[in-house]
Amino acid sequence: MSTNTVETTHERTHLHVSEHPNEHAEDAQHSSRPPVIATEDLAVYYGAFRAVREVNLTVREGEITAFIGPSGCGKSTVLRCFNRMNDLIEGARVTGSVRYRGIDMYAKSSDAGEVRRRVGMVFQKPNPFPKSIYDNVAYGPRVNGLRKRSELDAVVEKSLRGAALWDEVKDRLKTSGMGLSGGQQQRLCIARAIAIDPEVLLMDEPCSALDPIATARIEDLMQEIKQEYTIVIVTHNMQQAARVSDRTAFFTTEVNNESDRRTGVLVEFGKTSKMFSKPDDERTEQYVTGRFG
Amino acid sequence: MTITTTSTLDQPDRPAGADISLVSSVTPVRRTRDLVFRLALYAAIGFALATLIALLARTWMDGSSKIGLDIIKNQPSERPARAGIQSGIFGTLWVTGFCALVSIPVGVATAIYLEEFAHQTRWYNRLIELNIQNLAAVPSIVYGILGLAFIARGPIGWGPTVATAGLILALVVLPTVIIASREAIRAVPSSLRTGSLALGATRLQTIRKQVLPAATPGIATGCILAVSRALGETAPLLLLGGLTFLTRNPGGLDDRYTTVPLLIFSYASNPKDELKEIAAASIIVLLLVLLVLNGIAIVLRNRFQKRW
Repeated sequence: MSTNTVETTHERTHLHVSEHPNEHAEDAQHSSRPPVIATEDLAVYYGAFRAVREVNLTVREGEITAFIGPSGCGKSTVLRCFNRMNDLIEGARVTGSVRYRGIDMYAKSSDAGEVRRRVGMVFQKPNPFPKSIYDNVAYGPRVNGLRKRSELDAVVEKSLRGAALWDEVKDRLKTSGMGLSGGQQQRLCIARAIAIDPEVLLMDEPCSALDPIATARIEDLMQEIKQEYTIVIVTHNMQQAARVSDRTAFFTTEVNNESDRRTGVLVEFGKTSKMFSKPDDERTEQYVTGRFG
Repeated sequence: MTITTTSTLDQPDRPAGADISLVSSVTPVRRTRDLVFRLALYAAIGFALATLIALLARTWMDGSSKIGLDIIKNQPSERPARAGIQSGIFGTLWVTGFCALVSIPVGVATAIYLEEFAHQTRWYNRLIELNIQNLAAVPSIVYGILGLAFIARGPIGWGPTVATAGLILALVVLPTVIIASREAIRAVPSSLRTGSLALGATRLQTIRKQVLPAATPGIATGCILAVSRALGETAPLLLLGGLTFLTRNPGGLDDRYTTVPLLIFSYASNPKDELKEIAAASIIVLLLVLLVLNGIAIVLRNRFQKRW
């Protein structure tokens, strides 16, 4: 399975996408899936500067949604709105709305911690804590109030199995998470994220620091867990988006001629098969065929 | 080996007509200037080291005959044969202990506030920062005057006690503690914070479980250096009524006290030569303590450096 995925890396994306046998049947099934996160005229400002404008898209349950686009197009910025990580940046401000199951994430009554418990995140660079493998995975449950050793043990094992890491580390749970390889560290971070059983998993270029084999393992893993966790992934790698995702959002930058500042815009959002074969927007087509970006 | 290959290389491969030379183009004048500058630097270091060594050697020569357990066990006395610094050692422990007890929690808390919570754009935060930097440069005697007016006498009126001295020394070293703790907290990679917050941890949990453990070696180093400064402070204590002669150990925070530096000051200004030797021996004791503290600080820093 994993070697197969690596081989397709260099093939034309069209080929892979057309492997789906009956697209139309799938189409009907997908559109019936309920929305988990929906944005409405979402815009993000850093101070007075508008980084991203008017994003309208819907992330559906059990699907993998990919964000692609050139650097600086705001795809990571939008992703970080989905669990309010932009709150941590001084001067960042969000307008419009982001709804989780219909509830406004940015409403006064919504707590950022509660949002992040339901919407987990995996970062670009693997960032295990300088603690043991066990304590890394148990961190989330612990800060959320789980104390009983037997329950923690169970959660740690389940999460590490879920992240396909259990067999590699079960004999050294007490050793430091920093001692793992890059790919293992990233799977540890995935295990850590799913340990608090979120509904959505945000992945911000999770493979960009990994080699192709480790990348393939993460991609396989995503396919395995997408039934349980709705996934949104930001990627620089178009083949990756084509391989793993059900829906793709293409972002690009628009340059304001007066101020020379770049603002990210969502160009097109649709089923991945369509985005990579016959997109509606000319810019999408140019990007996915490698003519710019 | 490498040298031979380079010398054979330039014969066949040099392109025709090319003007290539690896001979230094630095003129003799510049070379001399370079040398003079380097010699000046060595001279500066040498001067500083020589002064220090001369002082240490002189102190050692004066005090080595008196060094021993007796000087630690004996109480101060006018008679050289029975003179010691026991009350000073206990006084120093009391005063610097109280100083550490006050300055470390307050200093670390301030550093956490400034690094983790304060918006740098707010005017009051910038004012706090500026003040801390300036306070680090204020002579300690000024703190002594402050303590005399407001803590020993005046509204608080604690008198010339251990508590007054410890509190004022805490103020003296507070800027050092804050600055060192801030550096340590700033060095904690932000990926630990975001990783923790992304798991639903609160900011307080993130600070307690991620930031502080990672910053502890740096904070400890700074605190040890700050406390060793408090250990040697003399000037503010003279103003605050620290005694230069006391033959009993302090019994509590509200008791009168003397410290090792104060006793050194007193012994050194005594006309009896043998008491000057006691002063020298006391200096050696104090230096040894400082050396041990600084050693611990260095070990801490090296052992826990950069684990990520």
